[in-house]
Amino acid sequence: MADALHTLSAAELGRRLAAGTLTSRALCEALIARYQAVNDKVGAFTHLDQADVLAQADASDGRRKAGQGRGPLEGIPVAIKDNIAVKGQPLTCSSKMLASLVSPYDSHVAERLRAAGAILYGRLNMDEFAMGSSTENSAIRKTFNPWDLARIPGGSSGGSAAALAAGLVPLSLGSDTGGSIRQPASHCGVVGLKPTYGLISRFGLVAFASSLDQIGPMARSIEDCELLLNALASADARDMTCFGPSDRALTPAGEAKKLRIGIPKGFLGKGVAPEVAAAVNAAVEFYRAQGCAISEVELPSADLAVPTYYVVATAEASSNLGRYDGVRYGHRSASAGTPVEMMTASRSEGFGPEVKRRILLGTFVLSAGYADAYYVRALRARAKIRAEYLAALAGVDVLLTPTVPTPAFKVGEKASDPLQLYLEDIFTIPANLAGLPAISVPCGKSGHLPVGFHLVGAPLSEAKLLAAGRLFEAAHGFAHQQAAL
Amino acid sequence: MSTPPSDWEVVIGLEVHVQLHTRAKVFASSPWGFGKEPNEQVDPVVLGLPGTLPVVNREAVEKSILFGLVVGASVPEHCSWDRKNYFYPDNPKNYQLTQKDFPVVVGGQVEIELPGASRNVMGEHKFIRIHHAHLEEDVGKLSHAGSGSLVDYNRAGVPLLEIVTEPDLRSSAEAEAFLRSLVAMLTQAGVADCDMEKGQLRCDCNVSIRRRGAEKLGTRTETKNLNSISSVRDTVIYETARQIRELEAGRSITQETRGWNAELARGYVLRDKEDAHDYRYFPDPDIPTLKISRETVARLAKLAPENLYDRQRRYVDKLGLPYTAASVLVHDRALAEWFELAVAAHPANPSGIANLVANDLLRDLAASAGAAGADNESAPAPILLASCPIKPAQLAGLVKLTDEGVISKQQAKEVFTEMFKSGQDAAAIVDAKGLRQNSDTGELEKIVQEVIADPAVAKSIAEYRAGNEKAINALKGPIMKRTQGKANPVLIDQLLRKFLG
Repeated sequence: MADALHTLSAAELGRRLAAGTLTSRALCEALIARYQAVNDKVGAFTHLDQADVLAQADASDGRRKAGQGRGPLEGIPVAIKDNIAVKGQPLTCSSKMLASLVSPYDSHVAERLRAAGAILYGRLNMDEFAMGSSTENSAIRKTFNPWDLARIPGGSSGGSAAALAAGLVPLSLGSDTGGSIRQPASHCGVVGLKPTYGLISRFGLVAFASSLDQIGPMARSIEDCELLLNALASADARDMTCFGPSDRALTPAGEAKKLRIGIPKGFLGKGVAPEVAAAVNAAVEFYRAQGCAISEVELPSADLAVPTYYVVATAEASSNLGRYDGVRYGHRSASAGTPVEMMTASRSEGFGPEVKRRILLGTFVLSAGYADAYYVRALRARAKIRAEYLAALAGVDVLLTPTVPTPAFKVGEKASDPLQLYLEDIFTIPANLAGLPAISVPCGKSGHLPVGFHLVGAPLSEAKLLAAGRLFEAAHGFAHQQAAL
Repeated sequence: MSTPPSDWEVVIGLEVHVQLHTRAKVFASSPWGFGKEPNEQVDPVVLGLPGTLPVVNREAVEKSILFGLVVGASVPEHCSWDRKNYFYPDNPKNYQLTQKDFPVVVGGQVEIELPGASRNVMGEHKFIRIHHAHLEEDVGKLSHAGSGSLVDYNRAGVPLLEIVTEPDLRSSAEAEAFLRSLVAMLTQAGVADCDMEKGQLRCDCNVSIRRRGAEKLGTRTETKNLNSISSVRDTVIYETARQIRELEAGRSITQETRGWNAELARGYVLRDKEDAHDYRYFPDPDIPTLKISRETVARLAKLAPENLYDRQRRYVDKLGLPYTAASVLVHDRALAEWFELAVAAHPANPSGIANLVANDLLRDLAASAGAAGADNESAPAPILLASCPIKPAQLAGLVKLTDEGVISKQQAKEVFTEMFKSGQDAAAIVDAKGLRQNSDTGELEKIVQEVIADPAVAKSIAEYRAGNEKAINALKGPIMKRTQGKANPVLIDQLLRKFLG
């Protein structure tokens, strides 16, 4: 039985731990064995401190034995994207710049997981500083899609999605700035939720674009995703953009079969692969058959989302990444010179090409003489997109689209064409621009490659998204699917 | 010396950076203070570690609002922060959080008083308009040691209120008076300590000149990072002379950023306009727009002390104090409030109380405190009134005894000295020392007549009668001797004049 532990859901593992038929130590040993067997093939993890994991597991087993269990996540491993701070663990953001950095503090979500009794399990690969859609921009290692090891897992939370699909861990944390949770979730056949902006504290999340970034749960089932979400959402005085459940309560889910589903006009048009369109259309028909009201909605400014995003996100990134200069921590150039020359050389050596491209773009759009034409205009477009989404969501409960226009591509296929790569996020970006919750739910295959559909809801409608996902998942049996490795 | 030749007018605007008096830094919970080991007062937020976020310190915002209330500014409904991006090792995030578009203080004015013809004469008053004041974070300090550089982030994140004036100042004396007035307002409101020795107040000084009567402002230069009032004064004098020299030689003024070498007493060019930074300002996405409730403003308004010069006018006009005493009292809020407590206990003679406070009390306090703080040019040395052995009501008691003729003014000085030593009431000291004046008219008449009858004073009597008023004093000594100095001198004078007719 022990060798099948990696196939189980977090909820099932929790039941076994609670029943006393499983210990956290046995679970972690099984997962470490799995890690040793498949991580080299998949490349999901960049770091796993096995001794630390087992010590945490023993502590958890001790608490449970003493009747001091901390809830449904007690003893369950949660793997963490390498841009979320865990005290004493590397915080590399998959960048040469921070390759040597060990975090001296815990992020809010790490504190929450510890408080829930979870095991903080290893560091997951990502695109450098979360900039990318394929995890090919990692300076540490490559990550491959467990469903086809010649293909990318998506990104930037590629390690988080691949670890789930490969049975390396039952739960993982990702971060999502323009689709970085949902796009890899779709490519790897798992569930990924980007919460409402402000629902989960960003304290300890290394900033890419502060007004867009959110940490979110990733899992192999809706139930597990919800379990993790509940552990993460809470007020935090260290993040002024984060509100607590006492300030703004989540909207109740209501009856899933009565959800009103909006289909944005034109979203299934050009650029969407036929198999993807077919799988998503089948999902729409499923909901219609269940009794959901399906209607078409207009989002006239949707085409502005990608350019708007690449102005806003790069502008913020150019400033957020300013702090990596080799003075206080991180990569410091060996070439001598004045302090400012040292800073310049450290940045030139420490950042990869995609990060440099975005810093340069962001610096440009904020420059005197150009800021009005780019940054300020982008803020106006962003406000317009948000207004249109909120207006559409006043008439329907959720908006349904594909998560990604096409299935996972081959490693290296789009490496030379960043603009093509940027279109991976065309359906996911608006939720970030508008601060809305969104989820990717597995809904079928294109050949052997997973396809997901995407739901966006009004602020704080996470429960509705999960309810809709649960209805679909229950009828289609996609929960807990893993690639054969 | 500070006045330019009459056909040129100097126009000055100041940007004053003041470290606010707060427990914690402006966006982090780390405490701050002077004299700590390098990098002792830091935390992950101050160091800009990846993943850390700023949280606005409420105390710093409230101190800023209080400053606004003190200078009569409008407190906006909202304020927000922007990022000023530039790379330098003392700047932990390589952006500084500041307020570009929506500062916490807008408008207001600072009343200044120029030096009078003498210390006893009040000079001209003027109002200097405040354009705005914004709350930002200080940076660390970079120093060069041998072949390397060292950086200390203790100062990074210290709350800094940048107060920007309109170009309303017209001389070095006005700039100096403005800074003194501003420092008094900031310290009296508890907003800032303004200790220039500790770098708690630093100025950028914008200077331009124009022909007197001209409307258009001349090209200005900005001299940065002046850390004393005298440096500002000297910079204005130097820069005015330099610009006049340039223009009179037919050259033009370059808009440039300058530095000041206080040791050499001369300025130098830091960078010209071409090298100006592009700071790429944009709204900080980590700090939502802050709403300033009217309840907060109303609560803070109660903490705002009376304006320095309103107080001075009240002392002179309502309490009848001489300008000299009033001007000393109002520069120290604690001293002024101490004085007012004494006046409340004996409202009949505010001037008598003021004179004792401004002269005797300050002298003894300064002597007991040694030379500490005496070289602080920003304000009179802070008086440790809290530890003063004399309480306001006790001083009032002393003045009352004098006013009632129980002791002489001369005796009052002696009693004051004793009060300062022992903290006893004036009456107790007067009784213990037997200082109570003899005002018994019958007894004194007898003594006065005996002294007049003494042939030893016959010459003085003759002189007095011949019209030499002062000769009468020669008779007072023997009377005082016979009464062991306790005779009421006013009464003796009256009696002598009566008997000598």
